[in-house]
Amino acid sequence: MRVGIEIHQQLDTKNKLFCNCSTILREDPPHFIVIRKLRPVTSELGEVDQAALFESEKQKIFQYQGYVDSTCLVELDEEPPHEINKDAVMISLTVAKMLNMIIVDEIHVMRKIVIDGSNTTGFQRTAKIALDGWIDDEEGRVSIKSLCLEEDSARKISEGPDYVVYRLDRLGIPLIEISTGPDIRSGDQARRVALKLGRILKATGMVKRGLGTIRQDLNISIEGGARVEIKGVQELGLISTVVNYEALRQKNLIEIAEELRRRNAYASEELFDVTEIFSLTTSKIIKKELIAGGKVFAIILHGFADILRKDIQPGRRFGTELSDYAKVYGGIGGIFHTDELPAYGISEDEVRALRNKLNANSMDCIVIAAGEPQSCKRALLAVVRRANQALLGVPAEVRAANPDGTTHFMRPMPGAARMYPETDIPSMVITEDILNKIKLPELLELKIKRFIEGYGLSPDLASLIIESPYSSTFEELVNNYKIDPSFVASTFEYTFRMLRREGVDVDSFDKNQILELFLRINKGDFAKEALPNILRWLSNNKGKSIEDAINALSLTRVDISIIRDSARKIVEENMELIKREGEHSLKKLMGDLMKLYRGKIDGKIIYEILREEILKKLA
Amino acid sequence: MSFGYRGKSLELLNKYGVNVGDKIFVKTNRACFSGILMPRSEIGDDKHIVIKLEDGYNIGLSISSIIDIEKIPQETPSKIIQPSIKSIPNLPNVAIISTGGTIASRIDYRTGAVSPALSAQDLYQSIPELGEIANIRTEILLSLLSENMLPKYWTMMAKSIKNHIEKGVEGIVLTHGTDTMGYTAAALSFSLRNLPIPVILVGSQRSSDRPSSDAYFNLKAAVLTAAKAPFAEVGVLMHSSISDDELIVHRGTRVRKMHTSRRDAFQSINSKPLAKIRNGNIEVYKPYKERGGSLELKADFNDKVVLIKCFPGMPLEIFNFLIERGYRGIVLEGTGLGHAPEYIFPYIKEAIDNGIAVVMTSQCLFGRVNMNVYSTGRILLSMGVIPGEDMLPETALVKLMWVLAQTNDLNEIKKLMLSNIAGEISERSEYGGSIL
Repeated sequence: MRVGIEIHQQLDTKNKLFCNCSTILREDPPHFIVIRKLRPVTSELGEVDQAALFESEKQKIFQYQGYVDSTCLVELDEEPPHEINKDAVMISLTVAKMLNMIIVDEIHVMRKIVIDGSNTTGFQRTAKIALDGWIDDEEGRVSIKSLCLEEDSARKISEGPDYVVYRLDRLGIPLIEISTGPDIRSGDQARRVALKLGRILKATGMVKRGLGTIRQDLNISIEGGARVEIKGVQELGLISTVVNYEALRQKNLIEIAEELRRRNAYASEELFDVTEIFSLTTSKIIKKELIAGGKVFAIILHGFADILRKDIQPGRRFGTELSDYAKVYGGIGGIFHTDELPAYGISEDEVRALRNKLNANSMDCIVIAAGEPQSCKRALLAVVRRANQALLGVPAEVRAANPDGTTHFMRPMPGAARMYPETDIPSMVITEDILNKIKLPELLELKIKRFIEGYGLSPDLASLIIESPYSSTFEELVNNYKIDPSFVASTFEYTFRMLRREGVDVDSFDKNQILELFLRINKGDFAKEALPNILRWLSNNKGKSIEDAINALSLTRVDISIIRDSARKIVEENMELIKREGEHSLKKLMGDLMKLYRGKIDGKIIYEILREEILKKLA
Repeated sequence: MSFGYRGKSLELLNKYGVNVGDKIFVKTNRACFSGILMPRSEIGDDKHIVIKLEDGYNIGLSISSIIDIEKIPQETPSKIIQPSIKSIPNLPNVAIISTGGTIASRIDYRTGAVSPALSAQDLYQSIPELGEIANIRTEILLSLLSENMLPKYWTMMAKSIKNHIEKGVEGIVLTHGTDTMGYTAAALSFSLRNLPIPVILVGSQRSSDRPSSDAYFNLKAAVLTAAKAPFAEVGVLMHSSISDDELIVHRGTRVRKMHTSRRDAFQSINSKPLAKIRNGNIEVYKPYKERGGSLELKADFNDKVVLIKCFPGMPLEIFNFLIERGYRGIVLEGTGLGHAPEYIFPYIKEAIDNGIAVVMTSQCLFGRVNMNVYSTGRILLSMGVIPGEDMLPETALVKLMWVLAQTNDLNEIKKLMLSNIAGEISERSEYGGSIL
């Protein structure tokens, strides 16, 4: 088995890759909609790309949703791209160095033809930044073939049979694409390598976080199989399952190919109109199509009997593979085949009539499709093509991951003809000067060690804070202002997380505000315990100062002498208890005192005062 | 051929005897690369060479790092497969005349730039559906970026159109760069007197080598309009919005490029457009000249005419120069209702006294010149400045070139400039102007 991983990671730059729009995703209603169509064009070598042709066969209408204040004419393909975002280039160069890669001397932005509408231009702008690097894994060194900097595509919002709705907010966000060589030998290793690459990217502190900001594609082939690209594996945990299931699929397809060749099987392109056979059918699906004016068509797969019911992956049969093709090419809901019939309301009589009409023997399999005639024809011809490919083994194709780790057909493998130069953007020379400016970030493995040993953090807290966006703020506060490391880290990682869940907008506080909060706690202006309440109040009262929060929450500093007075009073009132329980009474009385001063002063100080007063009495 | 290489990089390529298009193996002091040697952009430096890697990416390699280059033998590249052209009988005949521009441009791998290259034939072949609308005849008349347009080319275009009309066509499509398409549209509107069929100028704002190009949508609609529209005028057809769903045909004398890059850059000024096209239906707006009649060609232009924008502090020397060099006409793009700074008045008077026709238009673009409201306007009128009514400055420029090719008599010039010849002047300023 040979596996390669491709990782796409969004960068957390201020602006997009080729314009000055911000890199934010939005959920509020879009401000405008633009309608577009795309056409395939010949490449610089004069060939029309297979994958591009495939999309245009479907001739869809694309709707693009945009926002006046965060998407511009560049995303709309109404203005030429601006120069490449230099911050994004610097991040890419940093990652390239961390992956021991050879950086190109001059960056050339290319146009990669993609006409599924996810790019308004009909191509994705992408540039090779570096090649030929490596990382180490416990099962051996894995080569890094390529690192590219590219623009992310538009976000698919919804789609119908002849249209797709995209949102322009994601289009143009800088994306790093890292491809490993086909050196990975197991599902486990694939997961480890993906994890390691993810950590290296995060170590730059300049990548986006959260769902959809990192996407993994897998290239998998086994001996005698073919290279299959699997898109959209969002969870690291799924990687090894996807790899193992794909290896299983290819193994099963190879066995099926051998069996089909033994049988001299073949699929015939002749289409039969079998509508009449189903004129009185009890199949709800077929009835519905016939009422809508549709027809039923059939094709014959000679020598395919029982093959379509063979398992390929858990829960997916060879028939499912054929059905995928019918759905994608014909846009129909699915197919029926005689390996699974009679069933679904299709009667034995109808199956017999089908066999008679198509002159099929017991070794043949008949596939039928119901619906609009042109769609059925396209669907069934795709089934014939796929069935004939089955004799050769595994077709090279692009597949999409299902949530359970199995995969379904997406489109044929794109050829190399899909790339040509982006002439609107001048090439960029990577000078010595630029290379000297690259600062390699600390690797996370080393950083976690330093945080545990240097700052005395627990391993749990350290592993959270090193990958946190607050990592550098943490170090600044702790090193420059001598604030307790564990308290700062747990504030960022535990308190903030708790407040975020409540809906408090903690991430909008700026660094100076956070610094002031910690310094005031250090000074004793208010107690540590009051921090969550202050953050809640500040988030609800944007623009107000910390001073305002302290006043509003009546957290004004209490003089120690007042506390001592209160402590004495409580001690006097509870002398019986103190005499009876001695120092143990401290716990009980502490609660009473805390009621008065919670949040206004550090609980430790209250505790100490109370303890002193009790000991005085006991002495 | 140097393909954009020069100086040191060209020297290096010559030293190893490799050419653009060769598959090469490059050894540098850091690594080895193999790929196809690609052309270099004319704005690139001479310190790098560009190769296309196996995966399709181009990268630049610094020549100072190169130790050796070897040529690798390769298979012959695959050929372009041309779709066959369907011919359906009884369809209207339409001629497509190609003059260049983005609609007829694609990436030029010799220079790495977008340049005019696609012939009308190429366009027809890349849009086979055209064959279902009309029988197409194509001619490559010119191949230029429209910023390089000259009045003599307008004459050439008019003559070519006359040829095609004589051979018998239902309509003509002329592909044109968008930069000066408005000028050409005006020039043809004046040149083609008593035009019997529609002449549709069409361009694109995104080059036709990209899947999102507006060229296909625009060209298809242009052929449809040429074949089927009831009007016989010169029109400019482009997108009506930035969506690929509606097109608009502007009257040739009333259209102006109003945006640098949007698909709907062209707008009608001070006039309704001729038609809108949606889902293959042409919706026309009256009045227009109907089909029929026999063409009279008047396609000469006197290019001793200038267009001058009035602005605070404009220099006087311009006028001395124009008078000395024997210029015959000046179109002023005045401020507001048609005004110019008073300090240039003596020079305008001198120009008119020297027999130069001076026409006033407005840099407001929208609205009509009226030089009776303020004294500056009245003084200019009394000097003999011709008020350009609601003509676009560019249309007035082209019209003056056309008029000056016919007469030198200032009275006659004034009479022609003030009469509506090709829809360039309207008697009434309608509420809503160009809004439908």
